[in-house]
Amino acid sequence: MTATFIEWGMDAGWAMIVAAIIGSLLIALPLMLAVAMIIYVDRKVWASINLRRGPNVVGPFGLLQSFADGLKVMLQETIIPAAANKGIFLIAPIVTFTVALAAWAVIPFDAGVVLADINVGLLYILAISSLSVYGVVMSGWASNSKYPFFSAMRASAQMISYEVSIGFILVCVVLYAGSFNLSAIVMAQKGHGLGIINGYWFNLLLFPIWVMFFISALAETQRVPFDLTEAESELVAGYQTEYSSMSFALFWLGEYANILLMCSLNTLLFWGGWLPPLDIPVLYYVPGIIWFLLKTFFFFFMFSWVMATVPRYRYDQLMRLGWKVFLPLSLFFIVAISGWLMFTRYGGAA
Amino acid sequence: MLQIIAFYLFAALVIASGAMTIMSRNPVHSVLWLILAFFNAAGLMVLVGAEFIAMLLVIVYVGAVAVLFLFVVMMLNIDFAELRAGFVKNAPLGLVIALVLVCELVLGLGAYRAGIIELGTPSGEVLLGETNIAQIGELLYGRYLFLFESAGIILLVAMIGAIVLTHREQRSVRGHQNIAKQNARRPEEATELKQPGIGQGVEL
Repeated sequence: MTATFIEWGMDAGWAMIVAAIIGSLLIALPLMLAVAMIIYVDRKVWASINLRRGPNVVGPFGLLQSFADGLKVMLQETIIPAAANKGIFLIAPIVTFTVALAAWAVIPFDAGVVLADINVGLLYILAISSLSVYGVVMSGWASNSKYPFFSAMRASAQMISYEVSIGFILVCVVLYAGSFNLSAIVMAQKGHGLGIINGYWFNLLLFPIWVMFFISALAETQRVPFDLTEAESELVAGYQTEYSSMSFALFWLGEYANILLMCSLNTLLFWGGWLPPLDIPVLYYVPGIIWFLLKTFFFFFMFSWVMATVPRYRYDQLMRLGWKVFLPLSLFFIVAISGWLMFTRYGGAA
Repeated sequence: MLQIIAFYLFAALVIASGAMTIMSRNPVHSVLWLILAFFNAAGLMVLVGAEFIAMLLVIVYVGAVAVLFLFVVMMLNIDFAELRAGFVKNAPLGLVIALVLVCELVLGLGAYRAGIIELGTPSGEVLLGETNIAQIGELLYGRYLFLFESAGIILLVAMIGAIVLTHREQRSVRGHQNIAKQNARRPEEATELKQPGIGQGVEL
């Protein structure tokens, strides 16, 4: 895109800035639309699993429900508790939302369709997702109220725990792909399984890793069964309790943007990103972005499916799963995978 | 041009948030300013082309260390009156530290005037075009393998030490949950259905 602007007679610096702004908008606006729609999808899926109808009043099939909710929230009054720490109270939802959007900069939607094709893409995502805990912690502390504070404590402990295992899981993928660049990781999956299946999930060593990644992603985004930070039976609504109007909506949007991000990471790291599921020439006529979106939304369906069927974990069980099950398992798989690669790809103990 | 603007933005923010870390009265605000300083320092790293270090800075310091800082500071209920009461007592120590820092500053400025240090010439060649990560990996796992591994062992020992120091044998009343045992339980062995006759009760 930068090249086009230079052709139009801008100098290189300005062209880059304008291209970056337009690129960000091109990602952020569809993302917000997608978030509005997946909230609707989420509610519809739960409803179907519970044999209910779900939202069906606003617009055809209730399609406009999320927009109606958004409008309602925008018209509400923002209430700031008198005892709250005002500055941090207001910054917290902004942090959550910004961080959720920032991670999308390195996600490749198709071959070459990525805002920032950086070498350390995967590390960038890890860094940004480790920042997302601050929104929760800041809101919990600034609310100056008991339950949000508990929720903030829970969130920080939970996210640190699961980040460790997510880090190790990503190392496994990086070992196989030989790169931190997300586009390179996707291309490394081309014809990975028997020369015909695009994706790491087919690999016997990586399939268990994918399962662990999926579960850790649920924990990292605080979805059921790991949504202890907003366990309504214990903590009212957790860190969001004192929030209202747009500041509440920003949390909501950020949360769903994060969930979509985790779904797309699933797609990129294990299911071949924008590549079609099978390495057959005919399938390449379908644009890559369609494959990417199909896979991402499929994983989102799995997220809602889990939400509708699995009961919530207890906090000690959550910690046990993170530290005593996932951590040793992912460490074991790092050793196993690097050993396997040593013998198969790099020719014995060199 | 863009780099210069970015540099001054990041640098000014690092200094400003560093100053605010010291000056803010609320310890939680201090930690948050410190986090902002870390974050902008990572931005500076990106500007000099060390993107790997920048990402590690964010992941390790901002993502893990600072969260724990924040965790602890939020839990502590710091009494400011008490803190200020110790001011007179600790003032001499503070003065000594300030003096040492001033000496270092003067020395540093003097050394800067004296010209640049004679660096040893690197024996290995810089691999241009290789990524940051590959170069650092090459160095850490090749040339400095021993130092790297010993640093790892020191960290491991420190970690075990910390665990040993803080670990205490838990003898709680509730006892521990044995997940394997729970999962192995079947309804047949866990429950027993009895049909007592009227007025007879049950023997277990």
